[in-house]
Amino acid sequence: MRFEAKNLERMKKETAKTLRAFLIELVVYAVLVVAYFFLVLHFLGGWLHHLETRHRYSYATVAILLIIGQAVLLESVTTFLLRMLRGRSE
Amino acid sequence: MFFPISGAHISPIYLALVGFLIGILGGFFGVGGSFIAGPALRAVGLDWNFAVGTDLAHIVGKSVVAAKRHRALGNVDLKLGLIMAIGTIGGAEVGAQLIQLLKRAGNVNLVVSVVSIAIYVSISSFMIWESRKTLSSAKGRRQKGKQDHSEFGHVARAIQRMNIWPMITLPVSGVTISLWVILVVAFVGGLFSGFLGGGAGYIRMPSMVYVLGIPTHLAVGTDLFEIIISASYGTFSHAVKGNVDILIALVMNTGAAVGAQIGAISTQYFAGPKIRLAFVPLPLIGAAIVIYTLVIGHKL
Repeated sequence: MRFEAKNLERMKKETAKTLRAFLIELVVYAVLVVAYFFLVLHFLGGWLHHLETRHRYSYATVAILLIIGQAVLLESVTTFLLRMLRGRSE
Repeated sequence: MFFPISGAHISPIYLALVGFLIGILGGFFGVGGSFIAGPALRAVGLDWNFAVGTDLAHIVGKSVVAAKRHRALGNVDLKLGLIMAIGTIGGAEVGAQLIQLLKRAGNVNLVVSVVSIAIYVSISSFMIWESRKTLSSAKGRRQKGKQDHSEFGHVARAIQRMNIWPMITLPVSGVTISLWVILVVAFVGGLFSGFLGGGAGYIRMPSMVYVLGIPTHLAVGTDLFEIIISASYGTFSHAVKGNVDILIALVMNTGAAVGAQIGAISTQYFAGPKIRLAFVPLPLIGAAIVIYTLVIGHKL
């Protein structure tokens, strides 16, 4: 009985730690994403619009490269953030 | 925020939230989520052609994140995914041609709507029957984590025994099966993708489990990997036609990156039949959306 209660308590603590790490990750991630929005939309918006109206095949190629590149980058960032924050909270 | 390519004003927070929601669904179930993304983009005033093309581009990004995470968890069969991509692209082209034929006949909307409702409801009904039967069996009740057992498994085993040359061994999935069976399953998925729109993960993921006999976790991860290839092809095709606003897709993807990771990691805590049972509402939501568009008379 006491063993089960201890186990439950430990699980609760671990869940709280994971949740805290996740929330911190979300805040850090949100700040990075907002900065990224302004950079990408400001610098790439006009150029991509021009490419889309004038060079469709180049636009299609760049579009796929951008979305895959961003996905790989974001996956690395979120994995890194999660690992770092979990490592710190443990 | 103004998006110059499509000429739309959309809140980036809204886009990131939609991406986050679809990311969770995609990571957990291995679907593209176009049945939510399409209407969600239409709801904020994006033209239908841009909604379809941009959604495909966003699916590519979300699937890269989720597939990478699933690969780290050992849930991706690259060999199977590459073979399936060939069949899917072929099927998608035939499906798109079928749509053109129906357009010329003048009854495309009704035919596509009726077919999609029938398919969605059939998939959901079958999966609820199978997963409940499996979960109520003694073997099904004992399953934990990534374990997988299906009361319908004998059908997949019978299909695997069909000795039609060339036979392909898939060591990651633990299956030996005819190449033609894999191509037919992928072709049918692609056909529905081209015919009904979206990635057709709601057909391909269950087909991989019930027809090919792939364990559910591997089916989810492999489907996501396969979606990267087929959706990239679709994105390129739509972008050339001027139907993709890549800036919107990039913003949506920022939310999807987090959602897809949460969805993919969550699969580790559920046995195969439980994932299949949780999958049931997805095709039903798709059917409800189609019925709604039939009633109101225009696409969402």
